Amino acid sequence: MREALHAEWTKLRTLASTSWLLLSTAVLTVGVSAAVVAASSYQPFGYQDTPKLSLTGIDLGQVVVSILAVLVMSNEYSTGMIRTTLTAMPRRLVVLAAKATLLTGAAVAGGIVAVGGCLLAGRLILPSKGFTVPHGYPLLSLAHGGTLRAAGGSVLYLVLISLFSLGVATAIRDSATAVGVVLGLLYLFPLLAQVVTDPVWHRHLEQIGPMTAGLAIQATTDLHSLPISPWAGLGVLALWAGAALATGGILLRLRDA
Amino acid sequence: MTTGINAHRSEAVGHDGFAHLLRAEWTKFRTVRGWVIALGAAALAVVLMSFVSASGNRFSFCPTGPSSCTSRHLAVPTGPGGEPVTDSFMFVHQPLAGNGAVTVRVASLSGSPVGGGPNGTLRAVSQPVLAPWAKAGIIVKRDLSQGAAYAAVMVTGAHGVRMQYNYTHDAPGLPGAVAVSSPRWLRLTRIGDLITGYDSTDGSHWSDIGTAQLRGLPSTAQIGLFVASPAYFPSGSNIGNPSVATASFDEISVRGDLPADSWTGEAIGANAFYPVLSTASGWHRLSRNAFTITGSGDIAPRVGGSIFNGDTGTSILVGAIPGLIVLIVVATLFVTSEYRRGLIRVTFTASPRRGRVLAAKAIVVGSVAFAAGLVGTALAEVVAHHVLITNGNYLLPVSGPTEARVIVGTALLLAVAAVLALALGTAFRRSAAAVVTGIVLLVLPFILVYTLPAGASTWLMRLTPTAAFAVQGTQPSSPLVANAYTVTNGYYPLEPWAGLAVLCGYAAIALGAATWLLRRRDV
Repeated sequence: MREALHAEWTKLRTLASTSWLLLSTAVLTVGVSAAVVAASSYQPFGYQDTPKLSLTGIDLGQVVVSILAVLVMSNEYSTGMIRTTLTAMPRRLVVLAAKATLLTGAAVAGGIVAVGGCLLAGRLILPSKGFTVPHGYPLLSLAHGGTLRAAGGSVLYLVLISLFSLGVATAIRDSATAVGVVLGLLYLFPLLAQVVTDPVWHRHLEQIGPMTAGLAIQATTDLHSLPISPWAGLGVLALWAGAALATGGILLRLRDA
Repeated sequence: MTTGINAHRSEAVGHDGFAHLLRAEWTKFRTVRGWVIALGAAALAVVLMSFVSASGNRFSFCPTGPSSCTSRHLAVPTGPGGEPVTDSFMFVHQPLAGNGAVTVRVASLSGSPVGGGPNGTLRAVSQPVLAPWAKAGIIVKRDLSQGAAYAAVMVTGAHGVRMQYNYTHDAPGLPGAVAVSSPRWLRLTRIGDLITGYDSTDGSHWSDIGTAQLRGLPSTAQIGLFVASPAYFPSGSNIGNPSVATASFDEISVRGDLPADSWTGEAIGANAFYPVLSTASGWHRLSRNAFTITGSGDIAPRVGGSIFNGDTGTSILVGAIPGLIVLIVVATLFVTSEYRRGLIRVTFTASPRRGRVLAAKAIVVGSVAFAAGLVGTALAEVVAHHVLITNGNYLLPVSGPTEARVIVGTALLLAVAAVLALALGTAFRRSAAAVVTGIVLLVLPFILVYTLPAGASTWLMRLTPTAAFAVQGTQPSSPLVANAYTVTNGYYPLEPWAGLAVLCGYAAIALGAATWLLRRRDV
């Protein structure tokens, strides 16, 4: 396993695209969050979940993370490198585990920077948009339990998205199709949930969708009205990731490369 | 001389060459079985998604028309012109036989929104706010049924005095809000089927606002005072609340034959589907000629949106998105797989004019995407419509040409999106980056509009390629109805074809950049 990790680390580290993609994850996430926060304003009606609003950029950041994860596997197939890899390390599941471990590390690193940037942007911009203490909105701070859960959970969310994408890419091999499947599964559930008015359907769709369930972790208020509780939601995404990795792992073992 | 001949010949070959090029690209496409299957899958995905989203919408409107209605079913009233309308208000009325006139002074109009809290709870509203289209005034109505012909003169929350009739007609009178310090006198006269509205600031100097002709108005019609207060949307909010308004009327005088000679109060349409508060004791007679009336509801054209339960069956829209994702993947692979396999070198050796190769690819991929999109969208439209009606949903009427525009427009959207993905694939040469860029540009804005504030959503739907979904816009709007005219309710900020033009612009820029890169790069 150590050799496998070392080999995969060398592959990941020596690709220019890795650092670019991680950097874009952070930049795009923070950029979208800052733009969203700047475009919103305090309304006397209804309560705005400001930590969640500040983390909107994850919607886009997850896409970059999933590209990184897909490429880690499908690039090997498109270049033929996979044959070399599997010749050098015939225990295929170890290869997959090594890739998953490194991706987790990369997603944690990129995620911490991205989420930290989002919260900082929210903390700096929100008060000027009327989200002030007199209106019932304290400054964003990790000392607040809900905000800490939303922030830490968003990093975990990115990790699980990267593992989910790795699993799909291992099963499908082709990068374009894998990325299409990943984004399709992420985006279709929230879209469908919005047009379905039947409350039971709506709830179930939000409970099973990897993105809708996983992002429940970002909620800090009105938790009882969520379709799924924050940690259970992240658990649903973990199931998706686990299922994808298991399918990918089985196919990787069974197929010729 | 020879150069001239050569130039002529190469041009001739060029013309012939483009047809060959198209054929070559078409052969490349149709011989990859996975892509052809994917085209079918794209069409199927459109139908399946529309079916699923339609199945998840259930209401209790009459499934097949008024004849099958029972008392448990909701019904949308239709106005004299057959158009769907809202007709709910508090009416203090009595019959008037023949010609006559009603005059009244409105001394105040106040109101507040109510309800809308989570889990169906009522949320207290900090300060009373009057809905802009809260109405209080005099009305002449054919009878007490919803949708019956009427003419009315009224004070409103924020639109001054208005004369309105038959739900869609509106004329402005005196501007400004009504208050104890500036009351409004209103008068409505009936002569035959002509109803004329007047207003005044002092009760002696009158000005004529307008005249309505209510064809077929029976000689005995209902006259009286009314108050309505429509769903209230706080500025910048998508969420509407029912609201109530209270008006005080005095100095009532009626000229004409009043067979009953007594006023009765009644909430018209209170049990119909409209955000209305039941106002059981919504009227108080203060003296012989003074009333305080509290009402909720509206007398207006029907518009779309979640609070009005009004939709034209646009759930076809989500059906397009999985189809779109499949087509983006196929269109990208159509070029990136040539790079991956090295086939691109053969292609460019055989046809060195690279711009034309890209043009041929764009035509092929655009055409197949259009064909798949057209079949999928047309089928989805039929299926979704049928399922929605069967499940008791009320669908706002859509004209045949509009329906055709939605179907053809959606197919064009898919075609242009495929061309955009092709151009991205050519520019990036890498599948994953191109597919993701395509999906992020076209699909992500749609996810964001549901979480973003309305203002930001509007800009997303103007500036991003997602603007093209405006071709699916069919929801009716009216300046007489305050509503969240937002993307989430099916209202797009751009006109249908203007939205599609935005996507075409993106595709053209991407094609231009791809052509430039193709010529500049070695391969």
